[in-house]
Formats: sequence, C-alpha cells, structure tokens
Amino acid sequence: MVPELGHFALIIALALSAGLFVLPLWGAFKGNAILMHTGRSLATGQFVMISVALVCLGYAFLHDDFSVSYVAGHSNSLMPVYYKISAIWGGHEGSLLLWIFMLSGWTFAIALLSRSLPLDMQARVLAVMGFVATGFALFILLTSNPFDRILPMAPLEGSDLNPLLQDPGLIFHPPLLYMGYVGFSTVFAFAIAALLTGKLDTAWARWSRPWATTAWAFLTLGLALGSWWAYYELGWGGWWFWDPVENAAFMPWLVGTALIHSLAVTEKRGFFKSWTILLAIFAFSLSLLGTFLVRSGVLNSIHAFANDPERGLFVLGFLGVVVGGSLLLFALRAPVVKSRPGFSLFSREALLLANNVLLVISMVTVLFGTLFPLIADALKLGKYSVGAPYFNLTFTPFITLVCLLMGVAPFSRWKRSSGSAIRAALKVPLVAAALMAIIVPPILGGYTAIAVAAAFIGSWVFVTTWTDLFVKSNHRLGLRKGLSQLSLSYWGMVFAHTGIAFAVLGVGFTTQYSDEQKVRMSVGEPVQVAGREFTLESLTKVQGPNYVADEALVVMRKDGKLIREFKPQKRRYLASGQIMTEVAISPGFWRDIYIAVGESENISPNTRPMRIHYNAFVRWIWLGALLMALGGLLAVVDKRYRKRVPQNVGAVSTQSTSVEAS
Amino acid sequence: MGRFKLFLPLIALVVLLPLFYVGLKLDPTAMPSALVGNSVPEYSLSLVSNEQQSASNEDLKGQVTLLNVWATWCFACKAEHPYLNKLSQQGVNIVGVNYKDDRNAAKKWLRELHDPYLYSLYDNEGRLGLELGVTGAPETYLIDSEGVVRYRHIGVVDERVWSQILKPLYEQFTATASN
Repeated sequence: MVPELGHFALIIALALSAGLFVLPLWGAFKGNAILMHTGRSLATGQFVMISVALVCLGYAFLHDDFSVSYVAGHSNSLMPVYYKISAIWGGHEGSLLLWIFMLSGWTFAIALLSRSLPLDMQARVLAVMGFVATGFALFILLTSNPFDRILPMAPLEGSDLNPLLQDPGLIFHPPLLYMGYVGFSTVFAFAIAALLTGKLDTAWARWSRPWATTAWAFLTLGLALGSWWAYYELGWGGWWFWDPVENAAFMPWLVGTALIHSLAVTEKRGFFKSWTILLAIFAFSLSLLGTFLVRSGVLNSIHAFANDPERGLFVLGFLGVVVGGSLLLFALRAPVVKSRPGFSLFSREALLLANNVLLVISMVTVLFGTLFPLIADALKLGKYSVGAPYFNLTFTPFITLVCLLMGVAPFSRWKRSSGSAIRAALKVPLVAAALMAIIVPPILGGYTAIAVAAAFIGSWVFVTTWTDLFVKSNHRLGLRKGLSQLSLSYWGMVFAHTGIAFAVLGVGFTTQYSDEQKVRMSVGEPVQVAGREFTLESLTKVQGPNYVADEALVVMRKDGKLIREFKPQKRRYLASGQIMTEVAISPGFWRDIYIAVGESENISPNTRPMRIHYNAFVRWIWLGALLMALGGLLAVVDKRYRKRVPQNVGAVSTQSTSVEAS
Repeated sequence: MGRFKLFLPLIALVVLLPLFYVGLKLDPTAMPSALVGNSVPEYSLSLVSNEQQSASNEDLKGQVTLLNVWATWCFACKAEHPYLNKLSQQGVNIVGVNYKDDRNAAKKWLRELHDPYLYSLYDNEGRLGLELGVTGAPETYLIDSEGVVRYRHIGVVDERVWSQILKPLYEQFTATASN
C-alpha cells in the first residue's frame, strides 16, 4: 500500500508542478494578483507531496519490501539500517526522486523567503521552478518510477546495494551535491524571470546573490565529499580522476564561481548584466547536462547507472527545451545596450571580468575534454578516451592566472584603481610568497617546478588575502574595532580565498611529495616505505553483516617506535559476490598513510600484495573546500540580504556598508 | 554583430544536441581504457601467413585465448618469443596481432623463430591495435571463451607473469567455460 501512496503523491506533485508553472505565469501576464498568489501555496503543496513520496520510498526500504523493483535491486535484508536509507538514492530512480525533492525544497524556500520580491517577479520565478519540476516529475513517472512493483512473483531477497555505495560518505555525498547542483535552478529561475520582465536592475542581482552563493557552497561541499569518498573507497589513493561525472559536477562549480563574482559587479555597479544572466543559464544548463551524461550512460564513468536510451532521450529532449528555450530567450531579450566604459582597464570590475573569462575558459576546456569522446564517436572519428594529462595541461594555466589575479583583486577599487597604491600594497605579499616558494620545497623533499609554483601561488593567495584583511581592519580605535567593522560577506571572501590557498597547496604538494609502493608482504617480514617500517602481523578472516573479508593487520614503526596499526580489508559481498578493497588510513594534517590490500595471488596463505601510499598534504584539498563553503555561507548570512525591503520598489539603492566583499 | 553575438550560445547548443542524440545510440563502454570486462573490438583482418584468408573476433570465441600483440620492429617481442613458443608447446592457445608491420618481414620472423600462434592477424594499419588501446608492443590480452577481454598485460610475458598472473586466469576461465 505504501509504495502506491508514494506513487500517488508523485502524480499529485506532477499536477501541482504543472499548476505552478502555468497559473502564476498566466497571472503575471494578465496582471491577476490572485493567480500570482497561487505560486506560494502550489510550491508548498509540491514540496509536501514529493516529501511524502520520498518518505514512502524510505519506508519500503526500511521494511525490506522487495516487491518494489527498485528496493529489490538496491537493498538487501542484511544491510545496516543507515545504508538502507542511503540506498534511496543509490540508483537511478531514487536519485531522480532526490533530485526533484531538492528542487521542490529550493522552490519552497523561494516561496518562503521571497516576500520582499515584487509579486510578478516572485510569480515568474516560481513558475520557472515549476516548469523544471514538471519536466522531472514527468521523467520519473514515465521512465523511472521508483515505485514499480514486481508482482505477483516478488523476490524474497534483494540483490544488495552496490558495495561501493555502502559507505558513510555516500549517505551525504549525493544530497549535498544535489543541493548545489539543483540549487542553481534558483538563479536560473531568477534569470529567466528577469528576461521575461526585462527588469535587470541591481535589485535583481541583490535577490539572486544569496541563492547563487548558497548553491555554490553546497556544491563545493558535495564535490569535496565526493572526492574524499573516491579517495578512501575506490582504493586507488587518488582524490580526483577527471571522470566525466566528476567533470559534470565540476563545470557548474566553475561557472557558479564566475557567477557569484559577476553578480557582485551587477549588484554593486550595474555592469555585466547580460553576462550574469548568461552565466546563470550556463550554471543550471551544465547541471542538466550533467544529469543527461550520468542518466543516459553516453559516457563511460564509474557513476554511470544502467544504460537506457529511452531515458537518455527524455533528458536530452528536456535539456533541449530548457537550455534551448532559455538561450533563445536570452538572445531575444538580453539588453544590447553598449555598456558605457564606466571603469578603467585597471579596476575591480576589470579584474572580476578577467576572473570570469578565465573561469569560463577553464570550464570550456573541461567541457571539451569531457565531451570529446562522445563527439568523436558520434562523428565516426574513432574511439578516444581523454585522460588526466589533457585536463591537467589545459586546466592548470587558466586556474593559475585566476589565482594570481585573486591576490590583486581585493586591493583594487571599483571604477579605477591607482596602480602605484596596489603595487605598494603587493610588495610584501610578493616577497613573502617568493620566500615561501624558495624555503618550503626543500623542507618537503626537494625542488620541482610544480612544487615551487604551488608554494608560490598558494602563499600568494593566502598572504594577499590576509594582508588585505589587515589593511581594511586598520582603524584609529585599534584592531579590534577595525575587525568588528568588517562585514560578514567580507569575511566570507577571506575564508573562501584562504580555502583556495589551502587547496592549491594541497593539490600541488600531494602530486609532488606523495609516494606509492606496491609491495608483497609476508607475515613478520618488515618493508620500508617513505622512511617508515611496515610489518604484516597477521592475516585473518572477518565476518561483516553482509560480507566476509580478509583482514590484514599491519603495524607501522618509525625509528623502532610503534606508531599505528592498520586493518585494511579485502571484502567479498555475499549477495553480489563483488570484491571490494577497504583501505586503512592514518590521516594527518601533513600526510596520510594509506594501505590497501591487493588481490590474493594464492602463493602462500601468509603473503599478500599490498599498496602503501604516503599521501602528502592531501587533507589540505578538502580543508580548502570546507573553508570555501564556509566562506560562501558566511557571505549569505550577511545582514544586508535580510534587510526588509519595502514592497513594490523596483530599484533598491545600493547603500554601501563599511567594507563589502567583491 | 551585437545582436548576433547573443545567439552564439544557442548556436553552440544546436550543434551539440544532434551529436548527443547520435551519442545516445553508441556504446561508450567500447572505450579502449575500459576494455577489460568487455568484448574484443570487432575486426576482420587477413592473416600474416595468407592474405586471402581472414579471421574475425568471432573466431576467438569457444576457447580461452591469449591475444599477443607483436611486431618485427619490436625489440622486446624478440625476447618474449621463445617463451611464447614454450607456451604453445604446452597447448596454450595464442593468437598473434602483427601490429604495424610488413607482411614479408613478419613471415620471415615466424619462419626463423618458430611460429607459436594459431594464426597471426595482419594489422598493418594498426586499427585493431588502436581499438585495443595498445600503448606499445608487446602486449597480451587474455580473452575468455565468450570473447571478453579478461586481462591486459603490457610488456613481455615471461615465466613470472605467466605463472603468477596469466596462468591462474587462463585456467579459471577454461574451467568456467567447460562448466
């Protein structure tokens, strides 16, 4: 009964979404306030119905209802409860349900928080969200219903969730990622509404900014969590693989990063309007493209779910309508006003424009590399796989430039900056970064071009950011008073840019100073890796809830002192027979020690091949991402976004608070 | 130009969509990097020994086979060759892929060094090699009786590689095939 209830709730949600698309839009067109007011209640109803559907699916999982085909395919009675819950989004149908749940959640949030918006604007924004929801609800109901039953011959046992997904990281990774991914639909809706009304003022940018920043912060967290999960769960020791689906989530992030900076210019100075709109469309279009790439299986990826051309076709059609429609609207309605050159070549506007262009170029290089195998195959040019070397080569230069400019931008002023003042301010950071680039690499293990570059760029970003903070907090009543005058959004920038510095240092150093050794370990025979001694103490069989495992006990000694024990496993999951590598990690601020058990070679019961990794600075990458996300959230809670704006005032004057972020 | 510029993103999309549509019908798992676990790419190539005769990927089915990529210009292949002879004497099925080579040179090589192969495919354009994702000769692929690539070894096959890696797999898949 419960699955049917869920199915029914989804159908009602579809009807409500369709209503949400049509009624407020019609009302806005006709100037009918009653119709426009329906938006909020429809958004609420839609959110409730989709939540009901999600809860029903969860109920089916918790009660091992294997007559539901999706549950039978992704769960097993032996699975621990928390994995039964995360299994809701462990497959295609359920993750789409999560997708639309997030979408309806964002829609509901707009309905709640947008009371200060003019009514027609609010109606149009909600209608656009309703349109997207309609498409996805149809998609779920027509091609991917998670509530389909296997009747009358329901299986007695489920075939288990893919063991790769039976992991705590996977409980949080998809929801956070989707929060970000889908969150860009809000800015998209704001952009489309702006194109429809033709009202593209600074007030518009002010409304859109917190939404864009929130989505961006969640996407940052989701990406970091995904990377962390891949690091310890796939057992390869890598943290980023340029996998098509990773790229699919990374591209909206790059565009989103450009977008939140471009929005700043649109809000503060009223420039880059059509560019901002275009970025908003891009960010969400890339999210949809990502959905298409993952759901249709057109690209080869570890994330790819079952290939189903029918589903692919539906998403492709929807992608065509949404992206094509919005780009057409953009082409027809975007203001072609020649933007008067209201800023000089050396100003904050110009620097942010450069940041935007570089970020978009780097997105295009990633997009090209991701789609190239597909395009080459479609044009019958042959089979290609584009690997990490391409991405590292094309992506790095642009991001390096972005980071270098990032150091200059905080010191710049709107309209026009004095070159000599900036030069003076940058002297200290430049010397400091250069010193770091000279001093740090030898300490860590020697000079390499990449290590020197990373040390320089990372320190450059860090020192410039904090120098600027020091300069801006300089107050005649002392530092404390000065610091308290800085706005939260400024702190947001400081944290986010500091996060970039950490990430740059982490990425650069981990590629240079990590070590990986494949060794054959026998019980009692120590091996040396990265100046440490590793001894395999024993090999034992371990029984888990739904797997059996060979567990190795490895102890690490340094200078004869016992430092840590590791218990890596090779698991065999009972339902699927799949073999999984469960690595053991000794995490650390400066380095991780990471041990994975290899395949049994049947040479001797006391011998196993092992991989021992010494991963320098790898934590800094995720620490950086955390700081970035924290920065984003700080910027969002800045009080200026919560100021009550009198209703029906089109353009809000932009009062400048003491010091504001760019 | 000002107005036209605004249409550029739309035009880019219009170009991309049909390609995606075609892409939907293609199988991406036939990517070289993901060959293991997938079928051998389709081919139909003439034999080194006789250009009138040809063999296709269908001919690999029915038995477990080592697909060995070799060439006369490949120094390491010469080092590997005696061991392949030894394996073929033990009854191991080996099919050669003569990669970017000259037919006469290849014939001469097999005459002089002994021919361990059931037959050698003449892949002088390197098309099969490309589809296999060959990075350099010699390379050896273990193909099961269904024609699915089960293992890829880059470099010389010697006693250690055979006994530790290939032999267990060879026996395992021979056993599953006969069941």
